[in-house]
Amino acid sequence: MRSLRFIIEKEFKQIFRNKMMIPIIFVMPIVQLLILSYTATFEIKNVTLGVLDMDQSTSSHELVHQFDGSPFFQITTYSHSLNELEKKMQHGEIEQIINIPFGFEEKLINGQFAHIQITSDAVNGSAATLMSYYASSIVMDYNKKILVSEQGAVASNKGIATPFQFWYNTELDYKKYMVPGILVLLVTMIGAFLSGMNIVREKEIGTIEQLNVTPIKKHEFIIGKLLPFWIIAMFDLILGLTIARWIFDIHIVGDLWLIFAVASIYLLAILGIGLLISTITDTQQQAMFLAWFFMVIFIMLSGLFTPIESMPTWAQNVNIINPITYFIRFMRQVILKGSGLMDVMSDIISISIYAVSVLGLAIFRYKKVS
Amino acid sequence: MKDFIIKEFKQIFRDYRSMIILFGIPIAQILLFGFALTLDLKNAHIAVLDNAKDEHSRKLTEKIASSEYFILDRHLNSADEIEDIFKEGIVKEVLVFEPNFSQNLLKTGQADMQIIADASDPNTANMLVNYTSAIVANYQQSLLPSNPLNGIVIPDVKFKYNKELKSVYMFVPGVITIILMLVSAMMTSISIAREKELGTMEILLVSPIKPYQIIVGKVIPYLLLSFINFLIILVLSYFVLGMPLGGNMLLLMSESLLFIFMALSLGIFISTVSNSQQTAMLLSMFALLLPTILLSGFIFPIKNMPTILIWISNVMPSKFFIIIVKDIMLKGSGLMDVWFETLIILLFTLFFMALSIKKFKIRL
Repeated sequence: MRSLRFIIEKEFKQIFRNKMMIPIIFVMPIVQLLILSYTATFEIKNVTLGVLDMDQSTSSHELVHQFDGSPFFQITTYSHSLNELEKKMQHGEIEQIINIPFGFEEKLINGQFAHIQITSDAVNGSAATLMSYYASSIVMDYNKKILVSEQGAVASNKGIATPFQFWYNTELDYKKYMVPGILVLLVTMIGAFLSGMNIVREKEIGTIEQLNVTPIKKHEFIIGKLLPFWIIAMFDLILGLTIARWIFDIHIVGDLWLIFAVASIYLLAILGIGLLISTITDTQQQAMFLAWFFMVIFIMLSGLFTPIESMPTWAQNVNIINPITYFIRFMRQVILKGSGLMDVMSDIISISIYAVSVLGLAIFRYKKVS
Repeated sequence: MKDFIIKEFKQIFRDYRSMIILFGIPIAQILLFGFALTLDLKNAHIAVLDNAKDEHSRKLTEKIASSEYFILDRHLNSADEIEDIFKEGIVKEVLVFEPNFSQNLLKTGQADMQIIADASDPNTANMLVNYTSAIVANYQQSLLPSNPLNGIVIPDVKFKYNKELKSVYMFVPGVITIILMLVSAMMTSISIAREKELGTMEILLVSPIKPYQIIVGKVIPYLLLSFINFLIILVLSYFVLGMPLGGNMLLLMSESLLFIFMALSLGIFISTVSNSQQTAMLLSMFALLLPTILLSGFIFPIKNMPTILIWISNVMPSKFFIIIVKDIMLKGSGLMDVWFETLIILLFTLFFMALSIKKFKIRL
């Protein structure tokens, strides 16, 4: 046990001796959490709109006025040339073009269908879908108004009402969603990168030989290598949760101890991945590339940025070996919805199996005599 | 000088494992993300609490369940179950039909179908509610007798630059940027930090090679490697992912060379301020990865962010490169359309270069 204490002491000294490490480990995650949690919104507002009104009639003005009054739209350009508007769209100045052709009012009065064109910049496909959905619903409202003026109020009220409720996050505050997710990513990266470069560094510099000739046992060595990073990552997690509570005002609905318990297992899995990378590579550069490769894939597929349900089946299968997916889902369930042990059991089991197998593999791969 | 560059090349290519990783990573990632990432919502699980169990509630349920957005997961028997299934986390939305739904609809012309969404993921919740309302509105319209006496406005919706609304169009420019940015910055920063850590930098410094020559010598091999990487990615995204190559290819390549150059000088700058490979790596990966993903407009539109973040996003060179790539590839823009973004990346490059040469001299 004495040698275990020494190696832990050595690791801590080695980390903190490097003056750059303290800001990297403790300040950078916090700054990123504070800034990046505000970025993730798909909310569409102030869609910049270009209007081409060839009809210039009372009806067309009324329709344009409807767009002007909506909080989603902001008419920035009125023009008489479609060409000009399309140029502006290419430059990214406007996102949508409403084109009201000549004869619009006449058709309405004659009881015909009056077509208008709504063109959206669809480089971002899902934003374009939403934008055109909003635009269409404004046109629908306008149609309703026509009906009302023609047939009286009765006609417009008919139909199926769809009142909606948003549970667990009534104001659709996306920060509540992002903060736990980003926190998981930051803690994961700290753990994986630190542990991933650790043993391979000793290999590269040659100090591993010195450690190998000491009487330290294999399991003491592994524990001594992992425990410091485990403590650092856990500390970051607690720091992040505190910020979530006091700065982002996210109240943890579920059981805090459940979070800590599962987080400790999860961190073992992450450190295990780092350790495994460390044992199968020769240089820090290789270790870094591998760690980076897996981190980017795990992060992008984790479901934090894009919905997992929409991914093709094979990609969802890749996610089976993605620890981040399990832990983000777990954190969100417990923090925002207050899910209990039984609700998140399957994620906990997955994380545990993960931790045991990765750590086992890493320890198996690491041979004390190199 | 020439010998020094040759030495760098040899050092890089000797480590064949790194080479495999270096070229393997971008290929694997562009394919993986190109096919897997999409912002569209499909196959969201929903549950139905049908208090009416009559003609219209069944028909409407069927209509919603048969759309590609939703999968009917189960029927509920009481409102108490809603909380439980949300906590399990699979079902994202519950539809509640009021009793006598059809009767109300036919007699009073007014029937309620409540939508309850799990908004712990607000973006998904919002989209689901929108989709559901749209389907209901559609259903309703099919019930109304068509009345040719009323003139109504029909919106014809068109999508420009991306007619099929493919997510690939959105993600490929972002993935190209992330790969170029991180791989280039990482490679140079590590390579210089490595020389420092192993002590070989001292040898270089006492040799007659000038500091700027060392930097140039370090950059050239990686510039070439990254550019080859870019070409591979470009070919893959055109032939495999079906990205259009609208604009001038020569322009796109020069722009990417410029961007790679910027990332490499950022890498050099990182290496001059870090004292070990570990700090260089943490700076170039940990500090760059998430901001590059989140603040560059890769996934989330910058326009909708809080004003402060819009300001901060202006110091992300990747933001400008993503705009350039999207404009050239998707909109077919020319240099005149993207000169401003190009200028900014150029300024970033000069800035990092000047900074590192200054820092480098101090160490002598």
